Amino acid sequence: MKNTFIARNPSVLWFLAGLAIFTILVTVMSEATGLGLISTSFLKTLGKTLCLCLVAIAMDVVWGYCGILSLGHFAFFGIGGYAIGMWLMYARTEGIVLTSLEANALPPTVTEITDAVGGQIFGVVGSSEFPMIWAFSHSLPLQLLAVVLVPGLLALVFGWLAFRSRVTGVYLSILTQAMTLALSLYFFQNDTGLRGNNGLSGLQNIPGLEDQSQAVVSLWFFWASAIALALGYVLFAYVVSGKFGSVIRAIRDNEARVRFLGYHVEHYKLFVFTLTAMVAGVAGALYYPQAGIINPAEIAPIASIYLAVWVAIGGRGRLYGAVIGAALVSLLSSWFTGGSAPDINLGFYVIKWTDWWLVLLGLSFVLVTLFFPKGIGGIFDALAKKTPPDREGDFGPDKGAWRNEEGEPS
Amino acid sequence: MSTLLEVSGVSVTFDGFRAINNLSIQIAEPELRAVIGPNGAGKTTFMDIVTGKTKPDEGRVVFGDRGDSLLGMSESQIAQAGIGRKFQKPTVFEAQTVRENIAMALKNKRGPFDVLLRRKTENREDRIRGISDEIGLTDALDQQSGSLSHGQKQWLEIGMLLAQDPRLLLVDEPAAGMTPAEREHTTDLLVRAAKTRAVVVVEHDMEFVRRLNCKVTVLHEGSVLAEGSLDHVTKNKDVVDVYLGR
Repeated sequence: MKNTFIARNPSVLWFLAGLAIFTILVTVMSEATGLGLISTSFLKTLGKTLCLCLVAIAMDVVWGYCGILSLGHFAFFGIGGYAIGMWLMYARTEGIVLTSLEANALPPTVTEITDAVGGQIFGVVGSSEFPMIWAFSHSLPLQLLAVVLVPGLLALVFGWLAFRSRVTGVYLSILTQAMTLALSLYFFQNDTGLRGNNGLSGLQNIPGLEDQSQAVVSLWFFWASAIALALGYVLFAYVVSGKFGSVIRAIRDNEARVRFLGYHVEHYKLFVFTLTAMVAGVAGALYYPQAGIINPAEIAPIASIYLAVWVAIGGRGRLYGAVIGAALVSLLSSWFTGGSAPDINLGFYVIKWTDWWLVLLGLSFVLVTLFFPKGIGGIFDALAKKTPPDREGDFGPDKGAWRNEEGEPS
Repeated sequence: MSTLLEVSGVSVTFDGFRAINNLSIQIAEPELRAVIGPNGAGKTTFMDIVTGKTKPDEGRVVFGDRGDSLLGMSESQIAQAGIGRKFQKPTVFEAQTVRENIAMALKNKRGPFDVLLRRKTENREDRIRGISDEIGLTDALDQQSGSLSHGQKQWLEIGMLLAQDPRLLLVDEPAAGMTPAEREHTTDLLVRAAKTRAVVVVEHDMEFVRRLNCKVTVLHEGSVLAEGSLDHVTKNKDVVDVYLGR
C-alpha cells in the first residue's frame, strides 16, 4: 500500500527529499552546530516559515481541493498558539515565582504560589485572579490536547451550522470572516482573561530548557516544524489522493451532482474543514514559541486573507503549490518589511519598500489571479507539458460527435 | 411487477406558476417508461420532485417495498435509497478521469470515513471494467472525461447511473446531441437496463421513443394527459391537439 501510494503521488517523495535536504543544510549552517552562517533570528524565521507552509497546505486542501474559501483558518492557527502559549507562560512564571519564594523562611503555600503567579501574569491587565479559561494551563498534556481540540471543536460546530444551511461560495467566506473577526475581538477584551491586547509573551523561553541557548532551542523547533510539515504533507497527500480526493474535488466542481450520487456533501465538507482546522492549530502551536509573542492582532481577518493570497499565488489544488506560495511570499514579506530591501530613488519620489510592499503584494495577487490562475505551481505543468482538456463549446474529438457549427444539441 | 414509485396528487407552484398540477404517476419494477410532452409540461420538474431537488406543495411521493415517503429526505438520502438520475445536459466531472467518475458512482458505503479508509480492491476494478465495457469507454478509462465527445459524456453519465445500481433510473433526454449510431447504442443500453429495474426516460424525440417500444405517459401543463402504448397515445385526440398537431 505504501509503495502504491508513493507511486501514485511522486510529488510526495520529491517534496520530502527536498525538505530533508533543506533541513540538513540549515542545521549544518546554524549557530548551534558550528558554522554559524545562519543567524539564530533567521533560523527562527525559517522555522516559522515552515509552520506557515503547514497552515497553507491545510488552506489549500479546504479551498483548492474542496472549494471552501475559508477566511478563518488563521484564527485556528492563532488558537493553537494561544493554547500552547498559556502553558508556556504559566510554567515559566511559576518557575520564577518558586525561585523568588525560596528565600522565605516558611515554605510557600499553594495559594501563595497561585496568587503570585497570577499577579505576575495578569498584572498588565490590572488583575491577579486566574480566569476560568486558564483552568488547565498548569498541565502541558491538557494544553497540547487543546491545541488540536479547541480549533477542531470550533470548526466542527461552526461548520455544521454553516454547511447544514447550505451556505456556499462568497457567503460562506463572509461568514467565516465574521467568525474570525468575532474571535479576534473576543481575544482583545481584558475580560476574556487572555491579557487583552498585550497577548502572551516570553514564549521563546521554554520551561525546563533554561540551560539550553536560544540557538539550540531554535534549532529544535526548526526540526519539529520540519517534521510537522512533512507529516502534514503526507497526511493531506493521502487525503486528497484516491477516492476521497476524487469526491471532494467533485464537490468543488459540482456540489449538486455529488448529492445525486448519494454522497452527503455536508459531511465531507465538515470533515475537511475540521481536519484542516486541527492541523492549523498544530502549526500555530509550533509557530508562536518561535515568534515569542502572540496577540489578538494575529487572529484578525487580514491574516486569513494573507493565507488565501499565499495559496493563490503558489497555485491552488496542488499541495506543493501552497508550500511554494507561503514560503516565497512570507520570506519576501519579511525581507521587504524588515528594511533589507533597497529603496528605489525615482528622483522625484523615493519608493520605501516598508510602505510599498503591500501594494506590490496586492498587485501581484491581482496579476496572478488574472493571468496565471494556476499560480506558480502552474509552471510545473508547463514543464511537464500537461495541458488540461479544453472542450468548451465543442463537443468532442470523434468524427461523428456533435460539432460546434451545428449549434446546441437539441 | 410491483409498484416501485407512486406519485399521487402532487402540485408545485413557482412564483404563482403551477408547474405541476395534481400529478399522479405509478412506476412498476421492472419497467421501461417514456415520459413525453411539450416544453414546460413539467417533465423535468417531475424528476426534480422525485430526486428531492424540489419540494412539492402538496401530494405524496412513496418509493420502495415499504412505501417510504421521499418528501422528507435529502437528495443524497434519496440517491442512497436507490434512485439514480441523469441530467439533460451531461454532467460528469470533467477534471477527473473516466475511471474516477465511475469509481465515485459505484455502489459502496458513502460516509467520509468509509471512503477515506477504503482500499482498492480487485472487485472494484472488475466492476469498473464491466461498466466501461457496457458503455464502450474501456479504452478511455484513464482519459480526462472533459476530453470525451458529447455522446461519450452522455454514456459515461449513464454508466455512472448503472454503477450506482439504483432500483429506479430517471433519464432526462439521453439522446440529445447524439449521432444516429450513438442513439441506437443508447436505446440498447436503456432497454437492457430496464430488464432488471425501473427506467423512466424523458424525451422529446418521438423516433427515439418509438424505438424504446414501451408504455408512454404524456404530460401537459403539469398533469397526465394520456397513458398507454405509443400508438394508443398518438391516436388520442387531446394529445394530437396539444402536442403532435403543432
